[in-house]
Amino acid sequence: MDNAFDWTFFSEVLVGGLLAGVMYSLVAIGFVLIYKTSGVFNFAQGSMVLFAALTFVSLTERGLSFGAALAVTAAAMAVLGIVVENAVLRPLVNRPPVTLFMATLGLSYIIEGGAQLLWGAQVHALELGIQDTPLEVSGMLISKFDLIAAGISAGMVAVLSLFFRYTRTGLAFRAVADDTFAALAVGLRLPRIRTAVWIAAGLVSLVAGLLWGSRLGVQFSLSLVVLKALPVLVLGGFDSVPGVIVGGLLIGAFEKLAEVYLGPYVGGGIEGWFAYAIALLFLLIRPAGLFGGRTLERV
Amino acid sequence: MKSTALRTFRKAALAATLTLSLGLATAKADEQFFPLQSYRVGPYAAGGSGFFGGFIDYLNLINSRDGGVNGVKLTWQEGETQYEVERGVEVYERLKSHPGIAAWNPLSVGIAYALIDRVTQDKVPLLTINHGRTDSTDGRVFPYIFPLLLNPYSETSGIINYIGSKEGGIEKIKGKKIVVLYHGSPYGKETIPIYDLLAEKYGFTVQQIEVPHPGNEQQAQWLTIRRIKPDYVILRGWGVMNPVALKTAQRNGFPATKIIGNVWSNSEEDVIPAGDAAKGYTAITTQTSGSSYPVVQEIIKTLYDQGKGNLEDKKRIGSVYHNLGIVNGILNVEALRIAQAKFGVHTLSGDEVRWGFEHLQLSPERVKELGAENLFHSINVTWDNHEGDGRVTFQQWDGDKWKVVSDWISPDWKLLRPIIEKSAEAYAKEKSIKLRTAEDVDVIAK
Repeated sequence: MDNAFDWTFFSEVLVGGLLAGVMYSLVAIGFVLIYKTSGVFNFAQGSMVLFAALTFVSLTERGLSFGAALAVTAAAMAVLGIVVENAVLRPLVNRPPVTLFMATLGLSYIIEGGAQLLWGAQVHALELGIQDTPLEVSGMLISKFDLIAAGISAGMVAVLSLFFRYTRTGLAFRAVADDTFAALAVGLRLPRIRTAVWIAAGLVSLVAGLLWGSRLGVQFSLSLVVLKALPVLVLGGFDSVPGVIVGGLLIGAFEKLAEVYLGPYVGGGIEGWFAYAIALLFLLIRPAGLFGGRTLERV
Repeated sequence: MKSTALRTFRKAALAATLTLSLGLATAKADEQFFPLQSYRVGPYAAGGSGFFGGFIDYLNLINSRDGGVNGVKLTWQEGETQYEVERGVEVYERLKSHPGIAAWNPLSVGIAYALIDRVTQDKVPLLTINHGRTDSTDGRVFPYIFPLLLNPYSETSGIINYIGSKEGGIEKIKGKKIVVLYHGSPYGKETIPIYDLLAEKYGFTVQQIEVPHPGNEQQAQWLTIRRIKPDYVILRGWGVMNPVALKTAQRNGFPATKIIGNVWSNSEEDVIPAGDAAKGYTAITTQTSGSSYPVVQEIIKTLYDQGKGNLEDKKRIGSVYHNLGIVNGILNVEALRIAQAKFGVHTLSGDEVRWGFEHLQLSPERVKELGAENLFHSINVTWDNHEGDGRVTFQQWDGDKWKVVSDWISPDWKLLRPIIEKSAEAYAKEKSIKLRTAEDVDVIAK
């Protein structure tokens, strides 16, 4: 390696980081949906990703076609959302946030255990028919899979944005998120809206589960992808869909550049905590994140 | 879906009943007990269920076919650890009072480390087949710990010797570039100085790159690797890190044929999730996979054909972890047999079984008699060498199964032994342990 700075390599690391960041955002969106409308930090999001992917791959291995497995899994995620909202969260309504957080923490273990009980503990390959071979662009190798995954994520954000802006249910979501009591006062049915949000989060988990499952294989560790989503949420804001996209891009780019350019000076393996260091810094400077709504309270 | 859940429930209920009955029973004079710190749920359940399935299958075979070891029945009880150290210790404390314990076999580095002092005090062997603390090879300092067949240093040397054989001789490795991609944990880091030592000895350059736990994102590492342009990448991974490494290598245009996995990157669970990206990937092993070996065939005939096999999925018979469990079973049973020849055919104490392990010498001929020819090579444990000079071989994944691609290879034990002794002696000094001598071997605690 000569001393001249290798801009092609730098660009490759940067693009790789940005694309990885989009994958993180994909998981983070599920958190945002639930937090935005109910104020619950859903720790079970990772388990839902695992459950969705495991259900899908187990069904395809039992002979169901891609479309049928997708439909059945989507239905299963919807049922899961309904059960969680009605059996766990609704009885805990108006309890302190920490109680709701603990409830989702418990839920996470129940979903993980249930997934293994139902489908077994074996690992599975998940092929979505997307070639994961590199594409050469201006001397850089870029993953086709990552590009397609980024496209799917962008599509999902667009659909969610349109949904929130133009549909009746979407507007109701926003109304609840803006002011729960005002939403109640105008006659919005809060339980139904929250159930719908859990269903939506379940469907987002399905998309994330398929893409991450294809990347990592479908196995228990899939639920650990939430570890990548948490700094994204802190950076982008817990209640902003565009925020987590920008947050994901920034976290992905920073952690990869840090790993490649700073890592060698400190022994390497820094990307795991570096993302959290950035998130912590942001917490200190801007607690609500880049795009998160600030809470103003009369004291 | 329903039937799978029901089957699992039934199995759990049956296991609970068996556990209860075994727990209530006290060991009779003709029983030898194996407490099993197994993990059948949680992130590492796939490996745990395969290994403990194979181990139990072999114990069951000995009971069903031979009526036990010379008539001494083998019993066992599982305690779920989910691979967590605190649960492993809890299972130890719960089961350690059971009469007639033969040995502990946790298949977990963390649990094994946590038990070293306990088993030494309780005078019961602790087996860490293919893993564990490298310096526990030195029986002068660790009388009850047995990293059978392969410790991490030998694994390192075995991999380099294999690369040498691929290049046409170890001297041809000079000038080659090797990258070691290791898991960001004490396990992953343990071999760093050994790769540096071997690089210096054989004249290759080595660059060691860490992947933070759990390893589900490796783009930065593989971009760096592509920039280095190594001749080989050695994968010292664990869990999800392995398939992600293979997939990311493919994404960055690095061929799987140039990646060599270590002993915890060598199973079906490591390659299946990677799909086509794993084709051509090679990994080290002490026991080959496949079900054609006579001992595996006997297990199928005696147990699985009678509905008594431990694995729920018969397709996993002969997988890497299942066969590792079977080999582990063979080593435990043969150590018992050797100890019985010395101390008599009855329930043995932990210290008597320790003596059996310290005389566990199975030649290739004896291995053949046991129906395991080419399943594993041989073992030669002595009172001061608790690894037993296991040989290694290499298997290549063809997209469907592992295929053996090398002879049995010997690591450079002579080079490694002084380093192991130095480390063990430092541990002995720190813990004020008096070094054992050959005379101490026959002293049996009652």
